[in-house]
Amino acid sequence: MLRGMAAAVIVGIVCAIVGVYVVLRGMAFLGDALANTILPGVAAGYLIGGGARGPLFWWGIMAGVLAALGIRAVSRSARLKRDTAIGIIFAGMFALGIALISSVRSYSVDLAHFLFGDVLGVSISDLLRTGIFGGLVIILIVLFYKEFLVLSFDATFAATLRLPARVLEYLLLVLIAVAIVVSLQTVGVALMVAMLVTPAATEYLVTRRLPYMMVLAAAIAAFSGVVGLYLSFYSGIASGAAIVLTCTAIFPLVWFNQTLTRRFTANREIQ
Amino acid sequence: MCRWLCNMIRTRRFSSCPTSPYATTALLRNISFELQPGERVAVVGPNGAGKSTLFKDVAGVLDTSRGSVSIGGYEPQGHICIGYVPQRTDVDWEFPVTVSDVVMMGRASKLGLFRWPRVRDRQLVQEVLELVGLTPLAEQQIGELSGDQQQRMFIARALAQEAELMLMDEPLTGLDLPAQDDIFHILDLLRARNVTVLVATRDLNLPSSRFDRVMLFNRQLLGIGAPEQVFTPDNLRAAYGNHVQLIETEDGVLIVTDTHCDDGHSH
Repeated sequence: MLRGMAAAVIVGIVCAIVGVYVVLRGMAFLGDALANTILPGVAAGYLIGGGARGPLFWWGIMAGVLAALGIRAVSRSARLKRDTAIGIIFAGMFALGIALISSVRSYSVDLAHFLFGDVLGVSISDLLRTGIFGGLVIILIVLFYKEFLVLSFDATFAATLRLPARVLEYLLLVLIAVAIVVSLQTVGVALMVAMLVTPAATEYLVTRRLPYMMVLAAAIAAFSGVVGLYLSFYSGIASGAAIVLTCTAIFPLVWFNQTLTRRFTANREIQ
Repeated sequence: MCRWLCNMIRTRRFSSCPTSPYATTALLRNISFELQPGERVAVVGPNGAGKSTLFKDVAGVLDTSRGSVSIGGYEPQGHICIGYVPQRTDVDWEFPVTVSDVVMMGRASKLGLFRWPRVRDRQLVQEVLELVGLTPLAEQQIGELSGDQQQRMFIARALAQEAELMLMDEPLTGLDLPAQDDIFHILDLLRARNVTVLVATRDLNLPSSRFDRVMLFNRQLLGIGAPEQVFTPDNLRAAYGNHVQLIETEDGVLIVTDTHCDDGHSH
């Protein structure tokens, strides 16, 4: 339980920080597609490794990097509308992943774990991998902070500064992919996009500055991780779903609070 | 005295016009001009003339797939520091950054990878904000600024970049006269710092009084020089097509343009 809690907190923080860019750059659909495209890679690791966690992770990382590069290449091609191309790929990949997993005799429990998370099954080595790679993602986000900031705010300006825009975009996608792989065991593929988007989107309503958006989104996510886990433990629902529901419940609360605050200050100004 | 030569031969595979993404028209033709340091030049032309494209080419932003841009003998990826001030409609005003954050972005390439702003950078940002008169608004989120404050913020960013050539894409559109005056006052400060400025504008009336030279542009260079020399009836017809009427009056020739806005209505 404690390991699961630690995993949920780490995953929440990593996804929220990366998720700030997902929200600001309008990449929610891309993030969802990335998660689904990683599934066949993880499934292959599952089949080859016979269910062991280690190979799953490494296969997932490999699939994640390939998926990130592939999706970006596809989204740049001019022939089909961007979201159509991505939609075709991610649905196909998702189906491939499910097909691979379902080829094993007793697959349904494992499939549920892939899709919805299995945070109580987190082992020490899982936690270590999550911590190390999650930490790596955060370190890179911090190191490239101003480059990602300029790129996300004004891509034209980034080009006039001669920033290597293409490399940075690929790097960001790879970081999102690694964050997804690291989070798979906690939240699962199907609900991944919520961990990327919801805490960051909640903070977007409130903060005016990017660093605060990241820190506070991470706090919301960590809090949701802990609360969600307790919820899932005591009510017996899937851990991933419980965590996501907690995050999602916070959003309208913040939204209402913001709306009421604005209306209140507007009324005061009129008076 | 150094001179810069902008020499472009350009054909593009895709038109940048959103209604025809697969058109294989030559968007910009042979364009070559010289600029003096500290000069202020107006780039005048109707909607769709390719002024933004021209600026992006000069700034080295667009992929010049078949063609080349050279500035002072260098490719744009070379030494000249170019500041690009975008159209205000192209910016995401909801982005969670303050005015000083945006101005600090101008320092990003000077700082290099993995470096954080130092005291000197912060001082420079403060100086530059002072210069454009935005110091009291430094910690405001950018969505809270008025049109001319937004413009001044981007000028400040280009100053923080220590730009030698500044490209301003329709900075005066949507600003009232006092606000326009403020911008010109800041452009005077830029002139004092020897920064060359190219300003894209649709307003034909401005150039005569406020600019050193004028460039009439519609996919190709139709003329560059003093307004009286460039705004000839032939040049204007070449630029504006049927949307211009030249009326002879006692005081001279009156130019009446009928420039359609992007959403189709005309003035």
